Amino acid sequence: MTSVPMTQSSATESPDDRGSDGPYLQVEDLKVTFPTQDGPVTAVSGLTYSVEKGKTLGIVGESGSGKSVSSMAVMGLHDTKSAQISGSIRVGGTEVVGLSEAKMRGLRGNSMAMIFQDALAALHPFYKIGGQLEEAYLVHHSSASKRDARRKAIEMLDRVGIPQPDRRVDDFPHQFSGGMRQRAMIAMGLINDPSLLIADEPTTALDVTVQAQILDLLQDLQREFNSAVIIITHDLGVIAEMADDVLVMYAGRCVEYGTTKQILTAPEMPYTWGLLSSIPDVGASTDARLIPIPGNPPSLLRPPSGCSFHPRCVHSDKVPGDLCRTELPELVPASSGTAHLKRCHLADPVGVYTTEVLPEIAPELVEETR
Amino acid sequence: MTQDPNARAEIEPTEVGANAAETGDRQLTAEHSPETPDAYGSHEIGIEDLDFATLAEQGHTATKLDPLAPAVLSVDNLKMYFPVKSSGVVRRTIGHVQAVDGISFEVPKGGSLGLVGESGCGKSTTGRLITRLYKPTGGSMMFDGHDLAKLSAREMKPLRRDVQMIFQDPYTSLNPRHTVGTIVGAPLEVHKIVPKNQVLKRVQELLEIVGLNPEHYNRYPNEFSGGQRQRIGIARALTLNPKVLVADEPVSALDVSIQAQVVNLLQDIQSEFDVSFLFIAHDLAIVRHFCPEVAVMYLGKIVEIGDRETIYGKPHHPYTQALLSAVPDVKQAAVGGRRERIRLEGDVPSPINPPSGCRFRTRCQFAQEICAKVEPPLLQIGQRHKVACHFAGELGSHPASPVTTDLLGVDDQGSPVAGATPTNTQLTIPGYEDTWYDLKTKQTTGV
Repeated sequence: MTSVPMTQSSATESPDDRGSDGPYLQVEDLKVTFPTQDGPVTAVSGLTYSVEKGKTLGIVGESGSGKSVSSMAVMGLHDTKSAQISGSIRVGGTEVVGLSEAKMRGLRGNSMAMIFQDALAALHPFYKIGGQLEEAYLVHHSSASKRDARRKAIEMLDRVGIPQPDRRVDDFPHQFSGGMRQRAMIAMGLINDPSLLIADEPTTALDVTVQAQILDLLQDLQREFNSAVIIITHDLGVIAEMADDVLVMYAGRCVEYGTTKQILTAPEMPYTWGLLSSIPDVGASTDARLIPIPGNPPSLLRPPSGCSFHPRCVHSDKVPGDLCRTELPELVPASSGTAHLKRCHLADPVGVYTTEVLPEIAPELVEETR
Repeated sequence: MTQDPNARAEIEPTEVGANAAETGDRQLTAEHSPETPDAYGSHEIGIEDLDFATLAEQGHTATKLDPLAPAVLSVDNLKMYFPVKSSGVVRRTIGHVQAVDGISFEVPKGGSLGLVGESGCGKSTTGRLITRLYKPTGGSMMFDGHDLAKLSAREMKPLRRDVQMIFQDPYTSLNPRHTVGTIVGAPLEVHKIVPKNQVLKRVQELLEIVGLNPEHYNRYPNEFSGGQRQRIGIARALTLNPKVLVADEPVSALDVSIQAQVVNLLQDIQSEFDVSFLFIAHDLAIVRHFCPEVAVMYLGKIVEIGDRETIYGKPHHPYTQALLSAVPDVKQAAVGGRRERIRLEGDVPSPINPPSGCRFRTRCQFAQEICAKVEPPLLQIGQRHKVACHFAGELGSHPASPVTTDLLGVDDQGSPVAGATPTNTQLTIPGYEDTWYDLKTKQTTGV
């Protein structure tokens, strides 16, 4: 497999020209492979999704499931020498796969931006917060003066709720608290009003109170700039409150995709069930059980045959024959609607969910569903 | 069990990367179901051995509160001040970080106390004080007739067997150059408990208890996944049969699907070995699941402590209420949008120079003059419920005037009332009294 050569790229067209109709980000059949000493590792394979402007997509999955790798492919952050990327990623109509580094740089930070999990590692410790914000602005506004950039930096710090922004702009990252650093990074991501914002575990290292503030902020800013947002997280609570659509990834593949309500209230894939039943809930009865997903995530070097979840799946015995072990299930529409896709061989997932899974995770909902 | 053994043998080669022994959720006891003698004996409980019904049986319900359990650890007015030095050649002490400032609590025998709060509130410092990784500035920690706070390092050594710690990050808390056997066996050699030739046997026994393959004692930590490493850390903590385990964020570095495995393992260990836990975490849902009793800390102080049902169901402190309202809820998916929550403005103040009076007042929507003048005592207001707030009340029904004035001998603004005698209630005893101050009647009542 080789990476797609740069052909008929529409990079000349400004990315925002056709942003308003159709999804702003369209990923089709994305495959990312890294050659390693032990052989090629296919970190993402056959991934297709789209995000419209003003909407939020949540990507859920364990470490190694390919959620970060796929978003970094969108941002063009993979080293083209070591990563082989195929498929199509269109950002505002521009094909990003195979785009030259120079053109990519014009998009990155301008029409699309990324917020990372660890703000302390993502901010440069030697440069002042303001300087780092100004740089992000100046790169994409070559005609702007230093003073404009500084004004813009202060304005952005104010927008994200940093007190006394005109003074704090000259602070170094270590002088900020964890929540403030995260805000500063969001300010940096949004300084050029990007139409696509990818937030990779934006609140994982934060306390619940700060997390709630950051999520509020993201929502306010999304409303203001009408950006398309991707939130990568393993916290299903965050997904429930923030996302419009959810993509569940396992071992580099999409295993379930649909609206937040479909995925979290009527999931049809055993991995999603496992995620839901392995987290305790602050609202549930204290007698509710924690049922972990047995085993560990698979090695992508030698992924399991057939359905990659089958070695950990407790429902595979309900599928006749060796289907789970031998054949990779297709991503097919689920019973709750065409927009809801799942990758599973189970013949009657709704039945299994209501009789076996739901009584464990939300006994109070069983009657309702029946 | 439900499948024939040949089928299992067939698929095993595909199961690369996943340690077959780590099926996550096994009973610790030796009484394994008679149908699967081979499975356990060869440490290859295949995942396919566990059907959903068995798993559901093995699922663990939350631990129950035993109100009569005696305290194994009793912490009274514990303080830890870290000096802040000036820069320059002469590094004078110019202040103190009041990381932990006078906290009192009890850990019941065989029970778990949860410690929650934002980062910087002193919950990890508390854990390190109890394991005596720090020497406290003041206060006492009574354990087994000894005051751990006052012992010298030499006197402390034999007691370290009984108080062990599980660390947050399984990647940094295991020495990468030591084999698992060395890591888990080290405490045995330090304390010279078993003869050298039996160390390996005990190590393998421990690995089995935590659900790892005992044959892997000569592997290095980098050969294990995050969840398995945390199991190694747990095995090391269990080596000396401790009475108290301090678990400092034991699952927050792990993947969601693995978190439940480790939480269940800790619960198994608790019921099997009757260990008491001080469970430190910022994930309120995990704490609720694991701990029948919970203490909420803010800026070095306990602001509310009580049994799980009270803290999560009827919290009386505005901070606890704000914390709980900020937890994102999966059930919100059915409704859509964000849940209503109490907004806390700003950040936690610096513990070097904490606010006067109530430390939470700078972010509290109910704060009044009295809150800046008088520090609210940690007042027992229910059978197993203490709260430190002048305006303690359930969400939506906080009183208009301070509830503590009669006890403290101050008026509603916090100024001392001439002639009033403050009630000398033992406000900071580690455990609970039989009588308490009823908020509605403002009288002392009992059972």
